[in-house]
This record gives sequence, structure tokens and C-alpha cells, in this order.
Amino acid sequence: MITLRDVSRTFVLGGESVHALRGVNLHIERGEYISIMGPSGSGKSTMLNILGLLDRPSSGTYELDGQDVTALTDEEQSRVRREKIGFVFQFFHLVPRLSAAENVELPLVLAGAHPGERREKVMRLLTEFGIAKRARHRPDQLSGGERQRVAIARAMIMEPAAILADEPTGNLDQHTGGEVIHLLEELNARGMTLVLITHDAVLGGRARRHIRTLDGRVEGG
Amino acid sequence: MLTPDIAHFAWRSLEGARTRSLLMVLATSIGVAAVVVLTSLGEGARRYVRNEFESLGTNLIIILPGRAETVGGGAALASGRTAHDLTIEDAMALRRIRGIEHVAPLNLVEGEVSARGRRRDVPISGSSSEIQHIWGLSTASGKFLPPQDPRNAAPHCVLGSKVARELFGTESPLGQYVRLGDRRFRVIGVLAPKGEFVGVNMDDMVIIPVASAQVLFNLSSLLRVGVMTRSREDVPPVKAEIARLLRERHGGEDDVTILTEDAISSAFDRILVALTFALGGIAAVSMAVAGILIMNVMLIAVAQRTSEIGLLKALGASPRQIRFLFFAEAVLLSAVGGVLGSVVGQAGSFVIRRLFPAVPAFAPLWAVSGGLALAIATGVAFSVVPARRAAALDPALALARR
Repeated sequence: MITLRDVSRTFVLGGESVHALRGVNLHIERGEYISIMGPSGSGKSTMLNILGLLDRPSSGTYELDGQDVTALTDEEQSRVRREKIGFVFQFFHLVPRLSAAENVELPLVLAGAHPGERREKVMRLLTEFGIAKRARHRPDQLSGGERQRVAIARAMIMEPAAILADEPTGNLDQHTGGEVIHLLEELNARGMTLVLITHDAVLGGRARRHIRTLDGRVEGG
Repeated sequence: MLTPDIAHFAWRSLEGARTRSLLMVLATSIGVAAVVVLTSLGEGARRYVRNEFESLGTNLIIILPGRAETVGGGAALASGRTAHDLTIEDAMALRRIRGIEHVAPLNLVEGEVSARGRRRDVPISGSSSEIQHIWGLSTASGKFLPPQDPRNAAPHCVLGSKVARELFGTESPLGQYVRLGDRRFRVIGVLAPKGEFVGVNMDDMVIIPVASAQVLFNLSSLLRVGVMTRSREDVPPVKAEIARLLRERHGGEDDVTILTEDAISSAFDRILVALTFALGGIAAVSMAVAGILIMNVMLIAVAQRTSEIGLLKALGASPRQIRFLFFAEAVLLSAVGGVLGSVVGQAGSFVIRRLFPAVPAFAPLWAVSGGLALAIATGVAFSVVPARRAAALDPALALARR
């Protein structure tokens, strides 16, 4: 479902080339649960950005769901990102002035879905995630765990092909973090492809397949 | 993204930054209010002048000797030298034209009037009984010049209210004599106070028969002939007929200038419309200042909302959508500011109308709608740069961990 072929990413920093990724090959099957681990500066974040279409490889190709997405324009990439990828971030990244329900609704709004359809989908997901009662609350009125559930609901609302979770428990206590991971794993159990990016070996160890990044290269891919 | 969603989202983010939004609304509304108030002043001046001219009588025609190239200029009033004089006989001939109500020949000379050892320098008009209707004069005592052949140089006069008082005090001047040059004139009437009219103070005026004035000051030509038509509709045909008749009498030469109230006031009209445009333009400068403020504040907003923009991109917002969201904010702000500004501006012109009832200060429609359109255009134009900057943000950087 996800295939990276010989992907490199080079940044120019202060006149010097920094090779964040060097000739990475990676294949991820539909429904897989895979963790990408590595110390900071190993190319982990660059990998996430490229998988999430937030960044383009300097060379190589990225095939998502049978489509070469490296050749797409910015507008087309936005569409692919909206429809096929769900992000879960360490810092939740909820819009502070919008309610939980409105945050979850946001991808549907961007996609131009009609209000009736939106409301129904949002309420179904919030109910499923056990936060329906908090639908009208703003992020600052929610606990960390609730915020991350809202963020996961938002990632799921478009029924994407894969969820990219970037240190999803990094900002939560152990218990809440555990609940969030269970929620993600439950989604994976229902067939959702789950890519977990973390520097936490214990967390990463839970995935069925582990990839390590080191110095821009990938081991175990 | 659906249009109501764009508007709603933009509205929510404006609500989220209340002070900033209010400042921008304020800047825009000051700009629009300035346009509305200043143009309403210009328009008020235009209507004021137009009303003044209409008080002259809209069915008035003035004939001057000499051919003026431009209409309504001072040159025509000053130039008196031509091949043919405009004579009392010319004026009398006009009487035959259908549609004419009154014809009054006129000479106007600055001269000395004296009585009982008192002297005054005053404007002296030589005219006929009909000037009373053209100038709208009435007598306070005695009577006006009697209707008679204008070639008759009768030795009687009518005094303005002020000159009568200055020469005779509280005594009645009727039947008394005043001296003009080397001749004596019997006072047959005193005008009711009227004040300034067509740039001359009627209360200072001494009016004598036109033939007497020509003899007294050795004039061969009239200064002008005033004609009043029966109605406003009669003005164009009467004007054409006057031109034809005088050409015939002057040996086929077009050597007179014929002015109508319309032509004079429309010349002023054009000037004052230009003035109103200029005032509107000056006010529009304040809009440019508002635009720069909007741009500045929007740029700050983009910087403050970097992570939100990154998030929107991660959720699949295209660069185009991001631009639209920022445009929508600018349009909303400037529309609200524009509407508010025109309301404030209208209130301002209402206050002006209250304070100066003579000046009908109504903002012209083009200024109100133009001000609104300009406000929105300014909002959009000055949000291009911030919107582009937002759309060009690298989402990976924008979302980077803190």
C-alpha cells in the first residue's frame, strides 16, 4: 500500500548539505502495524513528513495506494493527504477556538461535505470513542487523553488509508497514554494501517514490525 | 469547501482575535466615513450653488454685447467693444418675440450721488420698469420707475433703502431731489431692503431710466439686456429667436453673447462635481492607510497562526483554500468596516445638515457605493501578500515540535 523506492531527502543548512534520508526503500502492506523508531536527528521526522505528503523527497518515488504521489501538484497532494492520511500529533494540534466536534469535523469541512452528513459522522465517531458528552467543549476544557481522542477521531473521520501517529503518547501520562495506544491498536485490529513514529523502544516494540532509522538509513525495512 | 463554511470559519477566527479585528474594522470604517462625509460636503456645496442660481429665476436670459468663446466666463462680462453696440432699440425689438414676458435694458456705472451736501459713491443702474420683475424688487414707499418708452431720459430715480437712509436720514426722500453728475433727479420711490443679489448690494443702488444713464455717462451701448420668458420651456426657442433677431439687426454678425441660467449654473456644477471627486480622492488616501494597517495586522496573524495553518494543511487544506480563508477574513472585516463607516458617514452628513441648513450635504450614491467597494477592494488587495505567505508555509516546519 505504501512503497518508498530509493527515497532521499537532502536539506541545505548554512551552505552545507544534510542528508536526512539516504536511499530509503520501504514497503508497508494494508492493515499493517509498524513502528518507526530512532533517536532524534536520525531521519525519523523527515520520514513522517514524506509519508504524510508534508514534504517531497529530493529523489526517489513514493507510491501510495497504487498511485505515484511524488509527481502530483501541491493541490493534488492536498487532496490525497485529506482523503488517505490521518495524522495524530504529540501536541494534539487541535484548533483552540473550535469545539471538539468542530475540530473533528474540520477535514469534512475542507472536503466540502454537507452539514447534515458531517454532523452524523462526527457524532458517530465521538460516541464510539466515548467522548460524545464532550462534543461541545473546547480543547482547553478537555483532559490530555480526551484531546488525543478528539485528534484521533479527526484523523479517522475521512476513513483514511493509513494513520501516521507521531509520538501520540509523548505528552500524556502512562495510564492515559496506554488508553490512547489501545484505541489506535483497536483501529488497526479493524484493518486500519497504523504507522507509529516514536523514540520510545517499549512503545515501538508493541508494533508487529519495527523499523529503525539511523543516520538517514533504514534498518528492518 | 462550501462558501458558508469558509465564511463561518473566517468569522470564528476573527472572533478569536477580537482586538485585532476591531482595530481593522475601525481603520476601514474611518476611511469609508471620510469618503462619505467629504463627498457629502462637496455635493452640499454643489446643491447650494445650484439653489442660489435657481433663485435668480430659471427662465432668465442675459444678453451681453460681444462674442464670448467660452460660456459663463468673466471675459464675456468684461468685453464691451464690438462692431455693433447693443442698443436700447435692440432691447425694444426683442419685445416682439413670442414667449418673452419682460425685457429690461441695463447699464451699470459706479458714480456719485449727492443730496443736501452728503455724497455717496454707489452703483447706478440705468434700466426700465421691467427690471423690477427680473430682479424681484419691491418698493418700501413711493413707486418704481413707471412703464414708458425707454428712450425717454426722464429725470427721476428710485433709491436703495440704505442710500436713502444715508442721504435723507429719517425724513422721507419722496419728491426730493438728488444730484447725479450734473443733473438733478426727483426721487419717486425707495426700495425695500433686499441685500446682496447677483454680487451687487441692492440697498446701495440708485436706479434711473436707461436713457438718462446713457446721457449722463455718455454711453452708446448697453451693459446687458435681461430677458424673462413666460416659462422655463420657453427659454431655448426664445434664445434662438433672440440670436436670429439680433444677427439680422447687426448686419448678419453674431456679435452678442446670450447666457441662460442653465449654462451658468451647469458651468459651476461641473466645477463642483470635480471638487467633490477631488475630496473623495483625498478621503480615499485614508483608505490606503487602512489597507496598509490591514496588511500589517494580517501578517502578524499569519505569524501567530503558523501552527494552525500547518495543521490545516496536514488535514488536507490546499494552498488555494488557505488563501481563500485569509481573503474571506479580509473581505468580512472590510465589509463590516465599510458598512459601519458608511453609517457613521451618513450620521456625519446629517449633523452637517443640521448645523448648516443652507448646505444640503447629502453624500452622492456613487460615493457611498464607491467607498464600500473601495473598502472591500482594499481589504482584498492588502491581504494578497499575507494570504500568499500563509499558503506558502511549509507544513512540516509549521507543525514542528515546540
